Amino acid sequence: MTGYILSRVARAALTLLITVSLVFLFIRFSGDPAAALVPPDAPEEVIEQYRKAMGLDQPLWKQYTGYIGGLLRGDFGYSVHTGRPVEDLFLERLPYTLRLGLTALGISLIFGISLGVTAAIRRGTLVDRIVMGISVFAFAMPNFLFGLVLILTGALVFKVFLGGADGWVLMPALTLGLAAMGSFARFARSSLLETINAPYMRAAEARGVPFARRILRHAAPNAAIPLVTLIGLSLGALIAGSVVTEQVFAWPGVGQLLVRSVATRDIAVVQFLVLVVAATMILANLIVDLLYLVIDPRIRAR
Amino acid sequence: MTNLSASKSGLAEMPWSVRISVVFVFLFVAFALFGGWLTPYGFRETSMFDRLLPPGSPEYILGTDARGRDLLARLVTGAQITLVVAIVGTLIGAIIGSLLGIIAGARRGATEAVIVAAVDVQASLPIIVVALFLLAMFDNSFTLFLLLVGLNGWEIYARLMRGATLSAKEHGYVIAVRALGASPARIYLRHVLPNILNIALVQFTVNLPLTVLLETALSFLGLGVQPPLTSLGQIMSEGRDRLMTAWWLTLLPGALIFFLALSISMIGDWLRDRLDITLRSES
Repeated sequence: MTGYILSRVARAALTLLITVSLVFLFIRFSGDPAAALVPPDAPEEVIEQYRKAMGLDQPLWKQYTGYIGGLLRGDFGYSVHTGRPVEDLFLERLPYTLRLGLTALGISLIFGISLGVTAAIRRGTLVDRIVMGISVFAFAMPNFLFGLVLILTGALVFKVFLGGADGWVLMPALTLGLAAMGSFARFARSSLLETINAPYMRAAEARGVPFARRILRHAAPNAAIPLVTLIGLSLGALIAGSVVTEQVFAWPGVGQLLVRSVATRDIAVVQFLVLVVAATMILANLIVDLLYLVIDPRIRAR
Repeated sequence: MTNLSASKSGLAEMPWSVRISVVFVFLFVAFALFGGWLTPYGFRETSMFDRLLPPGSPEYILGTDARGRDLLARLVTGAQITLVVAIVGTLIGAIIGSLLGIIAGARRGATEAVIVAAVDVQASLPIIVVALFLLAMFDNSFTLFLLLVGLNGWEIYARLMRGATLSAKEHGYVIAVRALGASPARIYLRHVLPNILNIALVQFTVNLPLTVLLETALSFLGLGVQPPLTSLGQIMSEGRDRLMTAWWLTLLPGALIFFLALSISMIGDWLRDRLDITLRSES
């Protein structure tokens, strides 16, 4: 079991190190950061001075160790456009993204799992087909279209603008959570269907265990195991979706910061956000792997 | 893992929802190819006197945008670009990912470790974030954008094909062909690949709608297909500021994207059930 934990932690650390190194290499080889900072007609000596100040005259491995050292010390660089530390820009937007993301995750979990469980219990009926229809709809619906339709409906029917920093979190969260809700419903359904037909379920039925208890105490815990993985995987979809959703609803979160920084080529901000996303997802996957130890006794036994 | 006999049962059992999806995909392709015949205007042709006309206007069936360009002509070009990016992009990811997966399964050792590490790195970053990172770094060109979209989902092919190659290695036919002295290239390309190709094909149909959504999302953010070229997402991006006054500029291209993604994923789901492939067997 210690071996399992150690190998997972090592794999996560290695993945993070490779990601950081790739980001470093891409930034170094995509162009001259010093030339990008000065006006195009600046003399060569000025560019050279900037290079020195930024440490670009050093050999590559020194730049690399300096970069890693900077990250470890919490020195993430400054935004070219605002002159502020990138982590400040990130932290002041993080609460918005967390509020949006957690609400979306909550909505998608509650509705997704209840829809999926309902469909599994009533397999083959009209209810089942409607739930499956909703999940396909949720998968294929572009979140920017869904968001725009919500905004349009809100404006035409209720005469309110459903966006902005002071706006209601529910509408962007619904937009963001829609796709995840669809996959949760689908997954909960197939996962529960697998366990419903397991031998121990028939054994419980033969022992006279009531239906509700069979589903809740016998089938649900086993069906929940793969769901933990899915929540881990859906984190990536939520992060990706928040980039678009925040843009549609003018929600001042991290996703909006990322799109703006890409459009203005504020590389320091972009690379910091990429590393934050990577670290978050690697950590989440590690937690999922370790959670398996808690919920799945079979792995503990190894 | 795969059940080839199930794939032989005919198309006659196709449910009506899948049939409608096939018809829609055909109509969409026909619209992209021949839709230009429906309108005399070019997709870049502006007319200052015909700005923001609603659909149903006598000369412009689907209306015009803020610069007086015919929306029908723009939708046709947008559908072409969206289709090309989706198909070429999905193919790039499928080929690169499948090859890496087969190589990892065939070679094992250090090669496999490198490929698996690359898969881990890709899996820790949503493709839209990778695309945004590279777009911040390099000048946006159509070729670069196509390659970026092509990265979408390569790691899934790599995982699936590696698993399939590993299990195929244990099969009698591989052992027999190897005993006959076939080269590794011949074993894996001529014998293993045809046997596991259906896994990649099903993943292709699963990935295709996701590629459509990725391209349109990036173009919608203004970071994908750039004017003067257009795509369905780019048309929406231009129309979004006039959502309240000119709904047709966003909702019509949006509906095309939605129904295209919906139809392809319905067909993909059906194919996956037909071929009885478990896509959850990973790592």
